Amino acid sequence: MWHTVKLNVLEFTFLVWAGSLIAGFLGALTGLGGGVVLVPLLTIFFHVDLHYAIGASLVSVIATSSGSAAAYVKEGFSNIRIGMFLEIATTFGALLGAYLTAKVPASAIAVIFGLMLMYSAYVSRRTRPRINGEQVPDPLATKLKMNGNFPDTSGIRQYNVYRVPVGFGVMFGAGALSGLLGIGSGALKVVAMDQAMKIPFKVSTTTSNFMIGVTAAASAGVYLSRGYIDPALSMPVMLGVLIGSLLGTRVLVKTQTKKLRLVFSLVIVLLGIEMLLKGFAGRF
Amino acid sequence: MGTADRSGRWKIQEWYDQRIENIIAQLLRAGVLTAALVVIGGAIPYLASNPRLRVNYRTFHGEPMELKTVPGIVHSAFSGNTLAIMQLGLLLLIATPIARVVFSVFAFAREGDHMYVAFTLIVLAVLLYSLFGSFLIA
Repeated sequence: MWHTVKLNVLEFTFLVWAGSLIAGFLGALTGLGGGVVLVPLLTIFFHVDLHYAIGASLVSVIATSSGSAAAYVKEGFSNIRIGMFLEIATTFGALLGAYLTAKVPASAIAVIFGLMLMYSAYVSRRTRPRINGEQVPDPLATKLKMNGNFPDTSGIRQYNVYRVPVGFGVMFGAGALSGLLGIGSGALKVVAMDQAMKIPFKVSTTTSNFMIGVTAAASAGVYLSRGYIDPALSMPVMLGVLIGSLLGTRVLVKTQTKKLRLVFSLVIVLLGIEMLLKGFAGRF
Repeated sequence: MGTADRSGRWKIQEWYDQRIENIIAQLLRAGVLTAALVVIGGAIPYLASNPRLRVNYRTFHGEPMELKTVPGIVHSAFSGNTLAIMQLGLLLLIATPIARVVFSVFAFAREGDHMYVAFTLIVLAVLLYSLFGSFLIA
């Protein structure tokens, strides 16, 4: 790798920008999110300290989530009540996670990161469960006004939301991981919404995108006051990921992404292994 | 929304929600665009002034006070510090989802949904605490 190469500001900024652009592009194209590969990219290839890397990654997560909101709204049908209620869990989780970054040793964070990468790749390979909308509504979800509907090919489709406390709990965990690792933790949000709460795919992806920005903002304040957000490093990362992901969502409609998803999942697994090994070796 | 299944009432509600979402999406996009422009505005003079400097992010030093707090960032950005201008752009980016939450408070209030006004205020409190209060115990 580039141990011996000493980069100057101009070279470093350009290379980090280009790498982030590719990460954002592939992340949007495959639906796996670019955020998960940014921290390994910065720490493994550019030898950036883990805390600075996490700070830059978190900032770019906000950029992609907010920047792509318009595209998501066109495609899906978010449920603002489900989103807002679950954001209570994710923001408290994010605060906790952000505080833990200073308490947990960097090597342990790297190990957790490695496991999270592998888990994201696993979730993306698994097929989503068919959701059965014919069950009796859940009283708590009804009370919280979460059940909704959206236009489908066969007319207006009603859906009910289930197991709110389980979803809320998993969302707290998703928020904590987001705050600890500086990622959007979309993979865990999918688990909470699809698996636990039985929310239809079209609704859960859009709602989750909305939630990611708010969750990340909750830990961003803590990161800022801790000095994790370095402007000269975050600048190329944020601009690269933003442009990359916007390009990715444009191209998405036109390309067959199955093979690309497989390749990108493999890259994620390899980066996960590298993070695990380096973490266990204490090289962070 | 939800239990109402007798046409009219919820169709208006759904349409209203969808319209709110579109406004929110535009708001978010405008916020990100503004943030990116401010970041670029700081990046150009920063890169031009010391392009050959060696970078080193291997060890964590933290950031100086003027890049860590909201008043510090705003103050140094307006006195022309290029790093602080980029940081101000990033601060605007962080503020974008917060603006969305503020907007949601009003949207729920207009619908007369007090329960969700309360939920949204809780989220807003966490966000504001993180941005303005967390340095007290960081």
